Parts: sequence; structure tokens; C-alpha cells
Amino acid sequence: MTLVGWGQIALTLALVLVCALPLGRFMARVFGDERTFLSPVLGPVERGVYRLSGVDGREQGWLAYTLSMLVFSLVSFALLYANLRLQAFLPLNPQGLDGMAPDLAFNTAASFVSNTNWQAYSGETTLGHFAQMAGLAVQNFLSAAVGIALAVAVTRAFARSGVATLGNFWVDLTRATLYVLLPLAVVTALAYVALGVPQTLLGAVEATTLEGAKQTIALGPVASQEAIKQLGTNGGGFFNANSAHPFENPNALSNMLSIWAMLVVSVAMPIMFGRMVSRERQGYAIAAAMFALLIAGTAVVYWAETSGNPLTTALGLDPAAGNMEGKELRFGQAMTALYVAVTTGLSCGAVNAMHDALTPLGGLVPMVLMQLGEVLPGGVGSGLYGMIVFALLTVFVAGLMVGRTPEYLGKKIEAREMKLAMLAVLILPLVILGFSATAAMLPAALASLNNAGPHGLSEILYAYTSGAGNNGSAFAGLNANTPWWNTTIGLAMLLGRFAYVVPVMAIAGSLAAKPRAAATAGTFPTDTPLFVGLLVGIILILGGLQFFPALALGPVVEHVLMLAGMTF
Amino acid sequence: MLRHIRPAVSLLALLTLVTGLAYPLAVTGVASLVFPAQAGGGLILRDGKTIGSALIGQNFVDPRYFHGRPSATTAPDPADAAKSIDAPYNAAGSGGANLGPTSAKLIQRIKADADALKAVGAATPLPADALTTSASGLDPHISPANARMQAAAVARARGLPAEKVAALVAAQTEGPILGLIGESRVNVLALNLALDALK
Repeated sequence: MTLVGWGQIALTLALVLVCALPLGRFMARVFGDERTFLSPVLGPVERGVYRLSGVDGREQGWLAYTLSMLVFSLVSFALLYANLRLQAFLPLNPQGLDGMAPDLAFNTAASFVSNTNWQAYSGETTLGHFAQMAGLAVQNFLSAAVGIALAVAVTRAFARSGVATLGNFWVDLTRATLYVLLPLAVVTALAYVALGVPQTLLGAVEATTLEGAKQTIALGPVASQEAIKQLGTNGGGFFNANSAHPFENPNALSNMLSIWAMLVVSVAMPIMFGRMVSRERQGYAIAAAMFALLIAGTAVVYWAETSGNPLTTALGLDPAAGNMEGKELRFGQAMTALYVAVTTGLSCGAVNAMHDALTPLGGLVPMVLMQLGEVLPGGVGSGLYGMIVFALLTVFVAGLMVGRTPEYLGKKIEAREMKLAMLAVLILPLVILGFSATAAMLPAALASLNNAGPHGLSEILYAYTSGAGNNGSAFAGLNANTPWWNTTIGLAMLLGRFAYVVPVMAIAGSLAAKPRAAATAGTFPTDTPLFVGLLVGIILILGGLQFFPALALGPVVEHVLMLAGMTF
Repeated sequence: MLRHIRPAVSLLALLTLVTGLAYPLAVTGVASLVFPAQAGGGLILRDGKTIGSALIGQNFVDPRYFHGRPSATTAPDPADAAKSIDAPYNAAGSGGANLGPTSAKLIQRIKADADALKAVGAATPLPADALTTSASGLDPHISPANARMQAAAVARARGLPAEKVAALVAAQTEGPILGLIGESRVNVLALNLALDALK
């Protein structure tokens, strides 16, 4: 670890904070029905969209809101599935690629609709430009907008008092797309092109190398997809190597832009939350807990990767550069470590290094960050509502300790809310550990592993963690494009997204109906360092402890065996 | 349930037009006007022919050239499409080796490559990037230490004075932006082009 390395990390995070503050306040205006500087341009578009779609903008209760979201996601899934299966008959397919197999198309459609972007296919050899642009990139916008809409609905439950409604899903979805994601994406995409990311409708270029060999260089509309892939915490790369590919991420500056883009909306969400509930400090408290764990995770990866691999040092490799296997030279260890932690703390899942090749402890961190529930700071929207679930659990535990009815932002938290919150947080361990245990016993599943020994278990565990957490990054040695993996990871992604959010929306509905009580001397304040510390503790204990035995058998054992000089 | 279907279908269709067609096409239009070189992939032409992209590494095996990092990219086997064969720097199929730190395959590969380097007189410790595969398999850069290690052999193969090649390496070394962001590195294709231009 070096001072210059930490300087780069600090600079990047500072830039995120500087931009997230105004963005969060802007979003509070957008979703609070106020005029913004974009209204003169986008207002007519927005109204036109509503008129053509028959959206009246009437407020919905939690059930109608959730149903609208589920129907929208189902229609999105069906259309994307058809697009992928039928791509041979669709336009803008310069390489004449065939349609996807049914299991792969199911997996990919589930992946992009659930904001996961797990990729069992290889972009440049499987998908034409139409499937990438009109299929995947659209879901990059819309699945992110769905997340934002849900978080806004949950936020309104705390902002309102004694009402039955949470807003209108169609309006929130449209506004999240048009006012938040689209303008950010246009600016970011052009910045990417300026930094060297290609943006063309050509398919591939034939080059004759200096030595006279042929090199086919895959090209395409990369920058436009890259921008929304990062901003919407989607993570599905245009190319197989994702953000490690020099066209997706050509230099240190584009790398910094990528990290900024994946963080900025998710960090703006708690700021928006604080604004909308009229207590900005509440938003800062949530953001502080997110950053504390994110920076801790970054530090562990940075330390583990710069410590290097003793097995290769013994062969004469210079340990000063750290573990360079599976990493690109231009980013450096510090900004690679930050990328690893951010992309998994975030449920983004883009990668600028191959996580499979990380040192055992360097690979443990991304797994843990995902298993903590994707709230650090989590996907756009999903991070905020996940964090609110943890905040409810925290005030409940605090209430138990002092024997008072817990309250969060003036709303009494009672048995119904606690049962629903527990239901939500149980989904993740159930899906991850259940599927991992099954796969570890099935020869058909084990045939896909690229590594033996404890690292093989890590590959399995990582795959289901990434799917259920809607992350989408991978220990990519695992050959996931088989019917078993495509089907089970597809299910894990759908459960991780939709089975989680239904109880959360039920909590929101029940809280919106409650009156907002004034704070008294006996109220546990939820905007203090004490609360932040307690929240971090609850996340670690509730989110992390259930996975500890599995992690001990995977990365922890591998670390010990690596120090003992063993290979597999 | 049914009354949600109309807004779902029509919103999806309209937002697909905006985000799936208007957005990428508008970005493509602006990009090709304002940043034509970058938008086209940073292609390098020599004598009117495309010789590659400044951003994408190439597979160098000739001793008269500097070599890039090991690459783990593959291509479909022409004899059997279900299998794949090694195809370093395949820019139509990026990817890494994905071998974990305790993989016997990884350690054997690195040992074989390290032994080969030591046999031709490379000093230890060896630059790590010379023996590890990159994440994309297309990494265009090597470390300055790696370039310096190769310089003498390249000079010998070309019949050039060693100092001249070493000076070229120094000239082609790029530092971090503002001395802070990124790493010191050498673009292998640019370095080899500069070598060819030496007379």
C-alpha cells in the first residue's frame, strides 16, 4: 500500500461525494413533484409518454404499486427473452450471430431484468448490436429505474403520515429514467468517448499486425452502453472481459470515471432520502455506515493484493508489484482494489480485474460485501431500501436493549414490520447457501469448475452470492453456460430481487399508514455516530455471520494452505 | 393485474425508443463528429493499412520486437468448434486465465516461463507483469522494468547499440497522470512502431 494509492482512492471518493450531494437534492425535487432545470425540456416528453401509455398518475397503495412493478418486470422479461432468442431475424447484427439457446436466454433475461447483469455469455461472440442496444441497454436503464422507483416509494412511507398510498409506479419509473439516468448517461458516455472508448455501429475491424498476423478487433457502440452499465449499477459488459477490456476502460482516468459513475447515484439515494423525510442528517447517517464498511473492504483488498502471492514470489517474481495475475497494468493495485470493493459493495458487478485470480483474502472481501446484503452502498435504489431494512432491525435491537417500543423517523416499528423485515433478510442466505450446497454435491455442476480444492468451492459460492445479491460479477473461471447453472442462477437472481422487495414494500405500506410521532426525550436518535456504529454492527452480524462457515471452507482455508505452499 | 398491462407494454415500448435507439444513436452521432478517432477505436494506420489499435495489445513473438504480457485468450478450434485453442491477444474474444492463486496450473505455467527467462540471463526478481496474464488478455502495456529487461535482447536481434534501445524505452515510458493517477507503463505496440522507425 502506498500514499499515492490511497490518494487516488480518496480523490475518487471525494469526487463522488461532491456530486452525490446536489444529485440527491435534485432527485428529491424530481420525485417531490417540483420543477427542475430539466423540466422545460423533459416535461413535454414526460407528458407525452403518459398520454400514449394511458397513465393517469393517480397515487397507488403498496399492493398496486408492487403489482405494477411486477407486471412491468414480467413484460420486460418476455420481450428481452424474445429479442435474445430471435436475434438472427432482427436488424443491426453485422456479424450474423445466431439466437441464444433457451437456458442461456432465460438466464440472461432474468439477469438484466433483475439489475444483476450476470453474463453466462461472451458479449463479442454472442450478441449483435440490436440485442445489446435495444435489449440489454434498455434494461440497464429500466431495471435501475425500477430500483429507484421502489426506493422512492419506501422513502415516502417515512415522509408521509397516516396515508394509504406511496406514489405512482409508472410516474416514478418514467421520471427516474428521463430525469436521472438519461441525462447522466449522455454526459458520461461522451466523457468515455473523449477518454478513448469506441462508439461506432461497425462490427469488427481486420488489422494486419506488425508481425503480419491477422487480428480481428471487435468494436461497437461501447461508450453508450458503458455509461449506463456503470450508472445503473448493472455491470454487464459489452465485451467478455468487462471493464478490464481496453475498449471499455482504456486508461486510469476512464477507470476513475467508471468508479465514480457506479457510485454516484447510489450515494445520492440516502441524500435524497434525508431531503424527502425533511431530516438531512438521517440521510448522512445511512451514507456514513455505507462508506465505513466500503472503505474497510477496500483496505483489505488493497492490503491482500499488494502482499502478493508467496507461491509466485518463491519462483522469482518481484513481489513489489503485488499479485498481478488477472490484472491490467494501467490501473494500478490501489484503484483495482477500490474497483473490486465498490463493484461488489454496490451490486454493480462490473470488473476491471479477474476476481477469480485475486488472492484468497482479496477474493473473500467481494463475497462478504455481497453477502452483507448489497447495501454498501448497494444497487441504485435497492441499496437504499436494503439499508432501511437494516435500520429497522437496528432500532428494534436497540429498543429491546432498553425496553422501549422502537421507532424510526417517528414511525413505530411493531411485530408486523419486524416479521416482514426478517422474511426479507432470510431470502439471501436461503438462496445462496441452499443452491451452493446442492451444486457442491452434483457432478454435473462440479464439471464446470475451473479450479480445484477450496478455490473451487469459492467459485460456486461466489456464483450464487453474485446471483442472489443481484451483483453479476463472477469468479469467471466457472463455466456457467450449462443448463444447471443457467437455470439455478437465473432463479437465484429473480428471488434475490423480487422475493426480497415484496416484503419490503409491505413494510412501506404499513408504515405509511402510521402517524408520524414527534421525537421525545426517550426516542433513540438515528442520526448519531452511536446509531451508525450500531447499524454497522447489525449489518455485520445479521448479514455476515450466517455465511462465515461457508467462507471458512473456501477462501479462509485457501489462504492458510497458500501460506503453507500447497497447490491444487 | 390486467389494468397494469397496458401501461407496462406501452411504457416499455416508448422507453425502449428513447433509451435503446435515440440514446445510443445520438451518442454515436455526436461522438463521430467531435471525437472521430476515439469513437472509431483508436486505430493505427501505417502505409494506408490498419495495423491495430493503440489500445489493444498484439501478440509479438519475433525477437526483434518487445513482447507484451502473457495472454490467456482463446479461439474456437477450427477442427472442432466445441473446443477452444490458445490464441493470444484474440481481440474478438477477450478474457483472462481465471486461475486462482493456489492453482497448480498457474504455478507450473509461471515456473516454466520464469525458468526460460532465467536461462537467457534475466536478473531476479523478475518483473511480475512479464509472467502473469492480464485480465482482458489484451493488455497493451508492460511495466518499464519489463521493457528494460527485454531491451538488450531486442538490441542484439536488430544489431542496434543497446544504449539506443534503452533510450527509446525511456522515451516511450509514460508516467502517472499529474504524477498521481495510474501507473508508469510502456505501450508495447507504440514502442515497437518507434523501433521500426529507427534507422
